[in-house]
Amino acid sequence: MKLIYLLIVLAPLFGAAVAGLAGGAIGRANAHRLTILAVAVSAGLSLWVLYQHVSGTATSFNETIYTWAMVGDLRLEVGFLVDRLTAVMMVVVTTVSLAVHVYTVGYMHDDPGYQRFFSYINLFTFAMLMLVMANNFLQLFFGWEAVGLVSYLLIGFWYKKESAIFANLKAFLVNRVGDFGFLLGIAAVLFYYNSLDYVEVFGAARAAPELTMSIFGTEALVVTVACLLLFIGAMGKSAQVPLHVWLPDSMEGPTPISALIHAATMVTAGIYLVARMSPLFEFSETALTVVLVLGAITALFMGLVGLVQHDIKRVIAYSTLSQLGYMFVALGASAYAAGVFHLMTHAFFKALLFLGAGAIIVALHHEQDMRRMGNLRRYLPITHITMLLGTLALVGTPLFSGYYSKDAIIEAVHLSDRAGAGFAYVAVLLGVFITSLYSFRLYFLVFWGEERIDPHAREHMSHLPRYVLPVMQWPLILLAIPSVVIGYFTIAPMLFGGFFGEAIFVAPANDVLALLSEKFHGSFAFALHAAVNPAFWLAVAGAIVAWFFFNFRPSLLPMVNARLKPVIEVLENKYGFDVLYNQGFAGGGRLLGRALWRVGDQGLIDGLIVNGTARTIGRLAGLLRGAQSGYLYHYAFAMILGLLLLLSVFVANWQGWF
Amino acid sequence: MTFEMPQFALAAPEIWLGVMACVVLVADLFDRSKDSRIAFFLTQFTFVVAIWLALSTHWGEGVQHTFNGMYISDNLAGLLKASMAALAALTVGYSRDYLLQRDLLKGEFFLLALIALLGMFVMASAASMLILYMGLELLSLSLYAMVAFDRDSRVGSEAAMKYFVLGALSSGMLLYGMSMIYGASGSLIITEIAATAASGQNGLLLAFGMTFVLVGVAFKFGAVPFHMWVPDVYQGAPTAVSAFLGSAPKIAALALFLRLLVEGLGDLHAQWQLMAIILAVGSLAVGNLFALMQTNLKRMFAYSTISHIGFLFLGLIAGTDEGYAAALFYAISYGIMSAGGFGMIILLSRRGFEADMIDDMRGLNDRHSGFALVMLLLMFSMTGIPGTVGFYAKWMVLQALVEAGLVWLAVLAVVFAVIGAFYYLRVLKSVYFERLEDPMPIEAAMGTRAAMMGTGGVVLLLGLFPGALIAVCRAAFGL
Repeated sequence: MKLIYLLIVLAPLFGAAVAGLAGGAIGRANAHRLTILAVAVSAGLSLWVLYQHVSGTATSFNETIYTWAMVGDLRLEVGFLVDRLTAVMMVVVTTVSLAVHVYTVGYMHDDPGYQRFFSYINLFTFAMLMLVMANNFLQLFFGWEAVGLVSYLLIGFWYKKESAIFANLKAFLVNRVGDFGFLLGIAAVLFYYNSLDYVEVFGAARAAPELTMSIFGTEALVVTVACLLLFIGAMGKSAQVPLHVWLPDSMEGPTPISALIHAATMVTAGIYLVARMSPLFEFSETALTVVLVLGAITALFMGLVGLVQHDIKRVIAYSTLSQLGYMFVALGASAYAAGVFHLMTHAFFKALLFLGAGAIIVALHHEQDMRRMGNLRRYLPITHITMLLGTLALVGTPLFSGYYSKDAIIEAVHLSDRAGAGFAYVAVLLGVFITSLYSFRLYFLVFWGEERIDPHAREHMSHLPRYVLPVMQWPLILLAIPSVVIGYFTIAPMLFGGFFGEAIFVAPANDVLALLSEKFHGSFAFALHAAVNPAFWLAVAGAIVAWFFFNFRPSLLPMVNARLKPVIEVLENKYGFDVLYNQGFAGGGRLLGRALWRVGDQGLIDGLIVNGTARTIGRLAGLLRGAQSGYLYHYAFAMILGLLLLLSVFVANWQGWF
Repeated sequence: MTFEMPQFALAAPEIWLGVMACVVLVADLFDRSKDSRIAFFLTQFTFVVAIWLALSTHWGEGVQHTFNGMYISDNLAGLLKASMAALAALTVGYSRDYLLQRDLLKGEFFLLALIALLGMFVMASAASMLILYMGLELLSLSLYAMVAFDRDSRVGSEAAMKYFVLGALSSGMLLYGMSMIYGASGSLIITEIAATAASGQNGLLLAFGMTFVLVGVAFKFGAVPFHMWVPDVYQGAPTAVSAFLGSAPKIAALALFLRLLVEGLGDLHAQWQLMAIILAVGSLAVGNLFALMQTNLKRMFAYSTISHIGFLFLGLIAGTDEGYAAALFYAISYGIMSAGGFGMIILLSRRGFEADMIDDMRGLNDRHSGFALVMLLLMFSMTGIPGTVGFYAKWMVLQALVEAGLVWLAVLAVVFAVIGAFYYLRVLKSVYFERLEDPMPIEAAMGTRAAMMGTGGVVLLLGLFPGALIAVCRAAFGL
């Protein structure tokens, strides 16, 4: 097994290295063949690993592969922990990655950075696998930073585009804030539990759940502090309020990576982290409450912003923020399995939506504004059908995958008695209406209504190379299948069948999914239950409202907009986060930095310490240099002096002067 | 004293070297080729077999004495000999083309290298002061001759003369110290000296003799203030000889220290610790500060050697088995780096041109990115950057120091290591950031290229997987 796990991880790394370093030599076609093959190997083996776990022939694997260094009792290692949670993540990561790889062949067909792009997404797959397969915090951190790096590189892939550079810098800086907390969290874990190994840390936490530490004079539970700090990291990576600002901007990158990194995989690293750390979070009611409330806020309010966006990718980006909020709500309610379940279904249908949007964008020659689309179902029938399926899954249509995962979360929050659960329940319920509204708004604006396409773009559509649209549609179809059916088949084992086993720990008192399982009588019955479920009717209401205003009576829209002007302005300003960050933190930081640079850096450090020391050392060395005269008798004399020095030490020692 | 037949088998490595030295001498007489092909390959073969013999004879066989207790066979001897022979093979491998291009390639060079190695082997297995001294002189005399190998070179002869005179002076001091120790303990056998030292008899006399012995040892290391010969000799000698001089003999000097001051006079640790601290701090300071100002790469390496010797001494100062193991690891890894550094100079030199200035490294990356990478690894390793073997060498020494409670020394060592980073990185600046108008292709034989790449690979490999070598070094001290 060890060899297989190594192969899963290293195949994409190899592909990335070859495509990146020798991309020019091997050419475009070979670059995509090689990288796709590498990911296909990973995906195939991951599926096989998952099958082994499901069929029960494989047990959880936890071994060290390579010891980098030993520092006292601290081992710095690379190792794999592969249990069912990991196996699910591996399959999600590699299959979505594979679909995106194939899709990229079409999407990037005319881009000069073709090989570079394939190298990056292969590298990303490697980094993400390292992250999910880690068995210790150090490797987790490595994967965490590595996916962040690739995300940075890919957001700014078109590095000559101003807005892309701004966006990747922003993503980088905001993630630093999260990583700062994350690193402190790891430090807290190491300091108080004396290990970086998951199993050892969890054991130590379970052995001493009441351990306290003193911060600024107040006593706090170590586990709470550690969990909150780790959660700050998760907030950065998974774009939760208030560290969400980078994700909408990240849409400046090419669409395939929006699907892969900023919807399906990297942004879910925070969800995975919290689920993996469930043996820690379960001991901290406070941390879970924070997760629950912040998740609920993100779920509702970020969905609202999605309503006023015109850029097709930004609508989906805000939708992603909102859905990530749902996942955190599930985690906060101790329904970790439901969170991971939604992560999985969401990965498929959100990747599908993004790739569909990308197909539209390519067809219309990089047009992203929905106001210049409309009636596209005539031109892009396959994209239309697959995106409709994705939309239905997203809004939670019964029998579709999204229905199962989202409804499970809503029901779980309903049953939870954690502080803030009442608020979260209301937020996620309203969120369903909002989700439905913005999703169908997008759907109707893009595929129905009058044609508002730029004539230039329409002409471009007929001149695309022949392979481009088909090669982009196959991944859509492949992703549409799991988007529709995967929930129906997997809800029973994943949520109620104890599928995750030891991988996820839930304290018996918190186990809302166990309560929910009493009401669960098979997937089909769960779907029929929709009729008496407020969430379903809210979704229907959202769809009807969207249909009414964006398809049936669009003429009424300006009147409504005028009435709601103040609200819309708040939403268009995204609640002012950007203004606050850009002018408050970034601007203030620059002022402070300038002051410190002038006084501290130039004056004190450079002037006095760095250059001053260097000058002193240089002068000293110049003085000493005279001794190395080249004369033999000087050298001999120095030896005699040295002997005398040692002899005086000897005498002093003997006399006991020291 | 009764005469008994010694166990010659225990001395197989020395016997092999001695016999092969004679064989090479004779074989070379019949070799008509211009490049002393037979002598070269025979010598390399001898080195390789010597590694195998050293390990198979000494490693894991326990501690055995023979030749009336004057010869010792233990793990330490095995490891010392194997590493010395390996480094000798590497440096002699580098030297062939260099000597050939300068019409210096004669069979005698290989003969001298073999005899020098024989001297080192004798030192590594010496259990008597007399044997130790004999090995030392065998080594030194060969080295004097090697430094003067280019007879027509004025600087070479001058360097050899200085080395010889100062070496004689230090030998005199060493011999004087030994005679004092003999006077105090009544024996030349190291275990018996150790017994006297432990009993506390004649402590004053022993400590007095020890001071002189330390001077002799410090000279062999090139520790400050007995370092004056190092830069002149490194610079004056043919580069191939400098490479040889800078690697294996340092391990031999460590053997001298370990056999004499640790095994023999370990109980006087409190006496020699302070002196060793003076030597170490002096070496760190002078080595690093002087290296900053050099423009000649060979001279810079010489001062860098002095600073590394200071670091190595720190491990000895700790006075624990961990510390000695760290020093041994340091000596071996330094030997590799030093050989690589001089190897690079040889590689970039060609007939009538010595690439021994830092400026000669300019634009190396444009000339050959592979060798630039090797240079990067070597410089990083000398600086002590993680991922290279030099990091672990420094790390182990510092760890031993901290465990011995000498935190201030560890801090000082790190400060000097930071100063050292400057001149190593300056070389890299030349390699990577300075451009040449028309980069010259590198003319070097395949063997030299392969050796260079191999050295870089070893530095990296040991930096990533240091476990085995660390374990071996610790095992040599029974850890």
